[in-house]
Amino acid sequence: MSSSSVLFDAPGPRAVVRNRVFAVLGALAIVALITVSVVRLSDKGHLAPEMWDIFNYSGIRENIADGLVATLKVFGLAAVGSLALGVLLAVARLSDHRPVRLLATGFIELFRSIPLLITIYAVWVGLLIDHSMWALAIGLSLYNGCVQAEVLRAGVNAVPKGQREAAYALGMSKTQVMTTVLLPQAVRAMLPTIISQLVVTLKDTSLGYIILYPELLNSVRLISATTLVNGQYPYVSTIVVAGTIYVAMCLALSALATWIEKRGRRAKSGIGIAPAAEPAAAAAVLGGEAASGAVLAHEDTPGTAADGTGRGPAKD
Amino acid sequence: MMLRKTAAAAAVAVLALTATACGGKEGSAGDKPSGVQPGATNAPALPQYIVATDVKLDSPTFKKAKERGKLVIGAKADQPYLGFEDQSTKERSGFDIEIAKMVAADLGFTVGQIEWKTVDSATRETAISSGQVDYYVGTYTINDKRKAQVGFAGPYYQAGADLLVRKDETAITGPDTLKGKKVCSIKGSTPLQEIKKPQYGAETSELGKYSDCVQQLLTKQVDAVTTDDSVLKGYAAQNPGKLKVVGKPFTKEPYGVGLNKDDKVLREAINKSLEGRVKDGTYKKAYEATLGLSGSAYAEPPAVVRY
Amino acid sequence: MNVLLDHFSDFRDGFLGTVSITAVSSVIALVLGLVVAGFRVSPVPPLRWFGTAWVTLLRNTPLTLLFLVTTFVVPEILFPGMSAFVLGSLALGFYTSSFICEAVRSGINTVPLGQAEAARSLGMSFTQTLRMIVLPQATRTVLPPLSSILIALTKNSAIAGAFSVTELFGWQKVMSEEGYSIVPVFFWVAVAYLIVTFTISGVFRVLERRLEVAR
Repeated sequence: MSSSSVLFDAPGPRAVVRNRVFAVLGALAIVALITVSVVRLSDKGHLAPEMWDIFNYSGIRENIADGLVATLKVFGLAAVGSLALGVLLAVARLSDHRPVRLLATGFIELFRSIPLLITIYAVWVGLLIDHSMWALAIGLSLYNGCVQAEVLRAGVNAVPKGQREAAYALGMSKTQVMTTVLLPQAVRAMLPTIISQLVVTLKDTSLGYIILYPELLNSVRLISATTLVNGQYPYVSTIVVAGTIYVAMCLALSALATWIEKRGRRAKSGIGIAPAAEPAAAAAVLGGEAASGAVLAHEDTPGTAADGTGRGPAKD
Repeated sequence: MMLRKTAAAAAVAVLALTATACGGKEGSAGDKPSGVQPGATNAPALPQYIVATDVKLDSPTFKKAKERGKLVIGAKADQPYLGFEDQSTKERSGFDIEIAKMVAADLGFTVGQIEWKTVDSATRETAISSGQVDYYVGTYTINDKRKAQVGFAGPYYQAGADLLVRKDETAITGPDTLKGKKVCSIKGSTPLQEIKKPQYGAETSELGKYSDCVQQLLTKQVDAVTTDDSVLKGYAAQNPGKLKVVGKPFTKEPYGVGLNKDDKVLREAINKSLEGRVKDGTYKKAYEATLGLSGSAYAEPPAVVRY
Repeated sequence: MNVLLDHFSDFRDGFLGTVSITAVSSVIALVLGLVVAGFRVSPVPPLRWFGTAWVTLLRNTPLTLLFLVTTFVVPEILFPGMSAFVLGSLALGFYTSSFICEAVRSGINTVPLGQAEAARSLGMSFTQTLRMIVLPQATRTVLPPLSSILIALTKNSAIAGAFSVTELFGWQKVMSEEGYSIVPVFFWVAVAYLIVTFTISGVFRVLERRLEVAR
């Protein structure tokens, strides 16, 4: 399909004029909104050059770099932890033994329903008050592990039944079937969604700020709290810098997910690659029963949010 | 014009950040000392401490510190003129820091032999009892609950919850005048619990850091900030033209030096040091060069309590 | 010393706080999400760009950072003295709107092509097609992800507790600082959240059943 949309016709002369008017008005409104914000902030001195100059000092930069390293460190731990826990829980939930299945289901439902912050805070206060990094990593692993477990389970269920039957027919044991046939294909199929959830994990490391772990947000906050510039605290500039770094990191990870998804679509394994579009898909994954279906349901929909190759004018 | 300069500075900053984390300007970012910074020439000078020699104490903490040749002191990092660390130079300053330094000098450690460790309120008890710090100086109120976990030397300062307001504020003169006003403090802090009582009729705002509250006070989001007057004096000293402390404390918070619960010898040594420093005037000098800059007058510290 | 009985009124306030900030920010998120989704499929390029920027930016920013923005930046742009509840609802609503926008958009994409084509051949305009033909049909596919998004919103509201909003995380924090053991505190807070999230998924299940159509 070309760039024309189903929702509106190729515009005729009057529609072209009307759309142009809307375009100009819309653009003006957006520009006005941004201008007003910038002017208001700059009037109050938040955008003064001195506010940004603080980032030219090596001490401040080291602080930000340290924070970034701390963020990446806890992200690494949480990524490994959540994936390990995810595999464990997914396998347990697919187990043939009812008690194991029930236990895993209960665990997943519990930690998925409780706000991550509540879990992290409880782990910190209750167990690891001196080790906020581990408290954060464990809290993140618990929550994201449960989400990853559901993603993997959906992936395993998506492997065509024949594969499992063939493996059993070859005389493989249950463990062998799971580890050498089902899981690898599940991981492959769900890789984009898994990475999308890792983006969520990365964003959530910023909760460490509340349990005093010196990650990026915390060190930036410390800078804004302790540096006085022109008689004000540089909240705006530090928030902008921290935000830029976070957005850049998340976009890089998302781009990886999209790239894998595109590559995966070329392969012909008969197992659809889940879309990297986290919002609907990953959020659906978060959402319980409706979820496991919803993730895969995306495969039937011709053009999902992320791939941009479908219909709809969503190509910008 | 200004915007263009801003954009240029921002672009440079972002580019530099992405290119390399190190390099860049040396020194302290932000406003330069303008005469009211501790250590500046026309401000009251910080006291110099003569380091004691041949100190011998039968204290396990002290012996360990001697062995490693360094004294590990816990302190706060985000309270200007009280327990402060400049994030660009990593230099510590403030009243609590001076107290820590003078005690260290009396224990025979030079400033260079001090290893500072930032410890937040929530983790003070565990940091002390697990031996991560040798002692802790940082707005640490002595109370019975804490005495069950750690030991306290001092008190070295009598703080009390007070109110910080904008300089042009005339309506707020004490906690009784807060009706309908917005008061900010840290979530769950004692002064906030007090102010929340219905008799005051104040609206409260609870944030994560005192500087958050001070920023909101400066930007008129709130009308007053409440916490220990020592902390407030520090902010008033940092923003002399803009903020003032009301000066009517409504609680009593005796600050102590926190240390290992069982190390009675070290406790006595710190007590003696504090008493001596008050007597010879270095304590007063330290106050005047730090918290005194807020305009709040010096007061004699409470007598040391030996329990 | 039972933490729930001793501090029941605070707990109730926290619970109501969680429910109300969830409700208010859900409304903000739904309205904004729909509007921005409309922008993203509209024939006007600047609006599409705006929608894309909105979603990309908000989805890749940590929520904690957004709370900082609303607490310290937004009042400076608008006017000082905005309540923490309003600012918190804005942060949550804006953040969630980007997810809702994407859910709605993929919902729109699931409506069979012929529907919109038929609508257009009847002479309907873009807004008419969207409002009368596409969106009502998209609702069915959007409901399950919407339910999950609102549950996530409920859970995310805990972060508001660190920014002066009265809700359950604040209760947990204050209780543990008052010296109560974390286990019962955690338990009661968890129960409260489970009540809210189960209610939401229950309501959506009813809605889904109501809208079920054999296709």
